[in-house]
Amino acid sequence: MYLTDLKYIFISGMVLAYKLVSDFISATFNQGRFMQVHTEQLNTGSEPLTALLEKIADHKGCGTSSEGGKSSCGSSGGPADMAPEVWEKVKNHPCYSEEAHHHYARMHVAVAPACNIQCNYCNRKYDCANESRPGVVSEKLTPEQAAKKVLAVASAIPQMTVLGIAGPGDPLANPAKTFKTFELIAKTAPDIKLCLSTNGLSLPEHVETIKAFNVDHVTITINMVDPEVGQHIYPWIFWKNKRVTGIEAARILSEQQLLGLEMLTAAGVLAKINSVMIPGINDKHLVEVNKAVKSRGAFLHNIMPLISAPEHGTVFGLNGQRGPSAQELKALQDSCEGDMNMMRHCRQCRADAVGLLGEDRSAEFTTGKIDEMSEVVYDAATRKAYQELVEAERMEKVAAKEAAMAGMADADVSDIKILIAVATKGQGRVNEHFGHVSEFQIYEVGSAGSKFVGHRRVDLYCQGGFGEEETLPSVVRAINDCHAVFVAKIGGCPRDELKQAGIDPVDRFAHEFIEESAITYFKEYLEKVRSHEVDHVTRGDADIRQGAYVSAA
Amino acid sequence: MAYKIIASQCTGCSACEPECPNVAIREKNGVFIIDPKKCSECIGYFDDPQCVAVCPVDVTCVIDNAYPRYVATA
Ligand code: SF4
Ligand code: SF4
Ligand code: SF4
Repeated sequence: MYLTDLKYIFISGMVLAYKLVSDFISATFNQGRFMQVHTEQLNTGSEPLTALLEKIADHKGCGTSSEGGKSSCGSSGGPADMAPEVWEKVKNHPCYSEEAHHHYARMHVAVAPACNIQCNYCNRKYDCANESRPGVVSEKLTPEQAAKKVLAVASAIPQMTVLGIAGPGDPLANPAKTFKTFELIAKTAPDIKLCLSTNGLSLPEHVETIKAFNVDHVTITINMVDPEVGQHIYPWIFWKNKRVTGIEAARILSEQQLLGLEMLTAAGVLAKINSVMIPGINDKHLVEVNKAVKSRGAFLHNIMPLISAPEHGTVFGLNGQRGPSAQELKALQDSCEGDMNMMRHCRQCRADAVGLLGEDRSAEFTTGKIDEMSEVVYDAATRKAYQELVEAERMEKVAAKEAAMAGMADADVSDIKILIAVATKGQGRVNEHFGHVSEFQIYEVGSAGSKFVGHRRVDLYCQGGFGEEETLPSVVRAINDCHAVFVAKIGGCPRDELKQAGIDPVDRFAHEFIEESAITYFKEYLEKVRSHEVDHVTRGDADIRQGAYVSAA
Repeated sequence: MAYKIIASQCTGCSACEPECPNVAIREKNGVFIIDPKKCSECIGYFDDPQCVAVCPVDVTCVIDNAYPRYVATA
């Protein structure tokens, strides 16, 4: 069984009647507190909805409270330069909004197997490496099967708000299948957002259709704006009935990508740019790419690390091209951040995965089972009810963070910044057992506030209830740049080993909001540094886990 | 007079199917096959055989020696 789109989508209730939603939420989140707090939130109603939403908007982008002008990402990089209509489009998008990725999920359907270019980090036996987890193969679906699957999943899983077509090849190299799928879904479920990802080669000719289908997010993978650089990434493209190679191929591809981006901007379709950071090939050049795409209206730029291993059978994998380290990636993202919103929470299309991590429900939605379903009734009412609850929870989270920030104003401003690794299965809370984490969320905290800076994939430490000793060092390596790790629970053994490695294991924030806790922790840390109880030491670099993430369900 | 697809190499990506000017390519059991009776090696349409040019796996669409080379009819 392949790791499909649905593997991690989190929820345990099936189709629910409207009145059952509250039971369902508390049962699912296993936290009575959620409902209780939610009710309080609504009843006290101290702030009108619009004000709260503005706060969320403020908060987005740099993840720092705007209060008192303390922003860690500079005035130009924050949501200040994001137009309200853009924010409206992205706020519930699990891929683009930091706020939303804790609560909502996207799913992919694999209807587009063909591609029209070749990338050196891609092996066409697997899904498109630009948008997918490296080394994954999706089950191919016809547009009809895909539409049915989407509706069935959306009815059972109200978090599913975005449908993406991103491969296995290039969606725009398969325009008939891609647009047929969109057409079928738009008809039955107009509330589902549609997005697609492309290498950009044939984007210009499809912008009009994309606009007509009301697709509001398009991701273009742009790894270079200079053919000299591009020739080392793209061996060939299929262009006007010919295979074009070398510099010429990169030149055409780059022209088409930038033209497509300009056309999307002109048509009012949101465009996000993905770039794969390939050390020694385009790492320095990506700063230039960042400028080029920003000036053409891209609203987000996401720099992802190259994941490359010989067993992927890619050109880069076989010739030993390495991926960047965590520090290299962060340094590049930091250097681009002043220029535009950087997307740190991208997990190379694990949007459908860890953001709403939970039990594996993919087995319920295999092609066989979908084919058996006679007709899928689209449950719009439950979806709406769920989404309203989530909105309330999100506002509460922002309020909690701001309350925690309030105390910070009195403390002396300090240059100290620390990274905290968080074990979470979603909802913006510290709610995962250390041993069950397959991916940590990393937050950076300083006196200017906290912000989400990325994900760190790790091998599961605990398998079948036993903490396996061998995997702990790899966990430590993956979060070696962090000062602390927040968990809901942790065993004695890993606790000691983490301490030995200089990472503070913290379980007292179990089930609390992440950022509120991070700020509280930081304040205490600062206090200890000041009273010389601890010495602040800068931590080392960390590994980005390489290799295919294909552990079968 | 034809190209063929080496089944063990084919990823089933379908990229070749819509490119063929003679509609000679179709799917069979997850991989793609060329109907040798329809394939004209793209002669008369394109300089390069399209299936070869678009296929992501080298040496997958190859000349089938079981057939004599295609000769365009005047
Ligand atoms: S665009 Fe995607 S599918 Fe096509 S070669 Fe590149 S990584 Fe592979
Ligand atoms: S060589 Fe041309 S005509 Fe023959 S199968 Fe390939 S694309 Fe079709
Ligand atoms: S393009 Fe190549 S790999 Fe793809 S279906 Fe055709 S023969 Fe198979």
